[in-house]
Amino acid sequence: MANVLHIVVCAGIVPDPLQTLEPVTGPNGPGLKNEMVLPAVLDPWAASSLYEAANLAGKNPGSKVWLVSLGPKAKLQQVMMTVAQKVAFELVPIDGPIGGFPDAHSTAAVLADAIAALPGLDRNRLLLFGGWESATRGAGVTLQIVGERLGITDQFQGVDQIDLNEDGSFEVLERIEGGRHQVSACAGTPAVLGWATGNLAEPRNNPQVGMANMRTIMPALQKAKPTTLAANGLRYVSVSLPKQQRTTRVVKDMTPDQIAAELAEWIGAE
Amino acid sequence: METILVLTHVDETGAALSKASLEAVTAGKELATRLAATLVIGIVGADVTTAANALASTGARLLAVSGERFAQPRYASDAAACEALCRVAQATIVLAPGSARFTRVAAGVAHRLGGLIDTHITAIGGAEGVEATRWFYRQRVEAVLSRDARPWLLLLDAGTHAAFAGETGAAQVEQVAVELPEPRTTVSGIRAPMQDAQTIRPDAKMLFVTGAGWTKKQPDGQIHVGEAADLILGFLRLTGASLGSSKSLVDQGGDGQPVLPFLTHLNQVGQTGATPRHAKGLSTCCHGEEPHVVGWRFIGDRRAISLDPNCGWTRGKADVVYVADAFTVIAKVNELLEAKKA
Repeated sequence: MANVLHIVVCAGIVPDPLQTLEPVTGPNGPGLKNEMVLPAVLDPWAASSLYEAANLAGKNPGSKVWLVSLGPKAKLQQVMMTVAQKVAFELVPIDGPIGGFPDAHSTAAVLADAIAALPGLDRNRLLLFGGWESATRGAGVTLQIVGERLGITDQFQGVDQIDLNEDGSFEVLERIEGGRHQVSACAGTPAVLGWATGNLAEPRNNPQVGMANMRTIMPALQKAKPTTLAANGLRYVSVSLPKQQRTTRVVKDMTPDQIAAELAEWIGAE
Repeated sequence: METILVLTHVDETGAALSKASLEAVTAGKELATRLAATLVIGIVGADVTTAANALASTGARLLAVSGERFAQPRYASDAAACEALCRVAQATIVLAPGSARFTRVAAGVAHRLGGLIDTHITAIGGAEGVEATRWFYRQRVEAVLSRDARPWLLLLDAGTHAAFAGETGAAQVEQVAVELPEPRTTVSGIRAPMQDAQTIRPDAKMLFVTGAGWTKKQPDGQIHVGEAADLILGFLRLTGASLGSSKSLVDQGGDGQPVLPFLTHLNQVGQTGATPRHAKGLSTCCHGEEPHVVGWRFIGDRRAISLDPNCGWTRGKADVVYVADAFTVIAKVNELLEAKKA
């Protein structure tokens, strides 16, 4: 018999990786120049977790996926126009600041409160998904703190695979040092899984899924509660782009033999 | 006055401290000296005797949580162990290695202590207080930050400090008792590629980055994936280098295009991959931003082989760019290294 899962995916929005980023300091602390007009995407590792969640829910009838996302309403709407076409979910938007510089602990508190208040969520069936790190702050702490706040003490980070058994227990593969995976067996939900890349390709856009999702996404966005994040005493001494620019020697006039000899010597040198 | 606790754990042998833990010990000693603070070191493992003896010369107070239940890296037991060590030490600043084992639990521990945490710390400085350096936006923006709140946990990136090496002695260790509920999670093992198929080597001197060009059509109009695989694996065998890949090359498998069979997402460097630390790096057939800007952030001496002399991503990022065909050059490099070995 299939297990009914309640999967909550925490996923932020991040600047498109191809954008040039320039830090600026404003009255509220550091941020990115023109941050609100930079094209945004769903955080890549968190997006992997969303696709894995939808896949898992699809294999277990009766399961449901929520997507909890904190960001400015307008940017969330823009990103959802694409994400909504990928897989089915119910969006839980929280209208708040964007970017990697706000404090992770405050972010976790807001997310945990939103999840705890989800109508119809059975916390005994809860799998809390997200990326193991964001592409903004990249701290890898938010999901753990959300889990702690929800009282979940079975947590896995750098997850690439979950295999659910009929009795509700599951096996998890977590990335560890040296390109290896630690294999763990967990008795069952609730659990926190911070995903790495996973094994699924990005789903193709499906306009029908998009239309079904958008019926609930637009009202949810309109009702999104604005929130502010406490700084928790976090003080930025400096925020800057790395200045190191290398003087590149472009070698155009050497034969492959000469290049190979130079490289072999370089490889062997201490 | 600050009390600095360095959290450490044993390595996979179960006896010695992990290298990342020894690096954290060095960071802790340096910080304690600078701040004239009390230094405490906490150890987690099934049997910590050998590990503790290796720390005897630090002069620090040594605490340990040990027993079979703490042999496996697991959230519930490791978080409880670290929490107990922090409470007994009454630490105001906690340094810990950014290993998979402690990365899994450190934020949860900080929350339980009512403290705050910052991770991926690459340097600790500050004239009077404590200022931590870390990267944002996947190694694109560097920031120095500070917090007044305590306890403050700092997770250190591997390779940012020298590993502690001191005289081994008979250490006095205070055991800290931890009550655990029956675990719901058990670790059943490690899944790793076969020894000769392992391509990710964190301790290697060199990172070898492969780009999508290896699987593109060559001058004869054909794709030579098999030859590319042989050349790359031959190079790795002869040099002991670690293998990194661009995202596009790894993703090709999902798109149904020819792929190098030994590449997985674990090899990926850059925006959604790793940012490894190696003394040298050699990039081949790669014309993307991610390996050169993000994935190479912590590579010392960088060289690239590219057919495009105007590749904007290598300019200013690599020390040397050879404008040449990587198939030809790597084949000849392998011949030279093979001859040298013989």
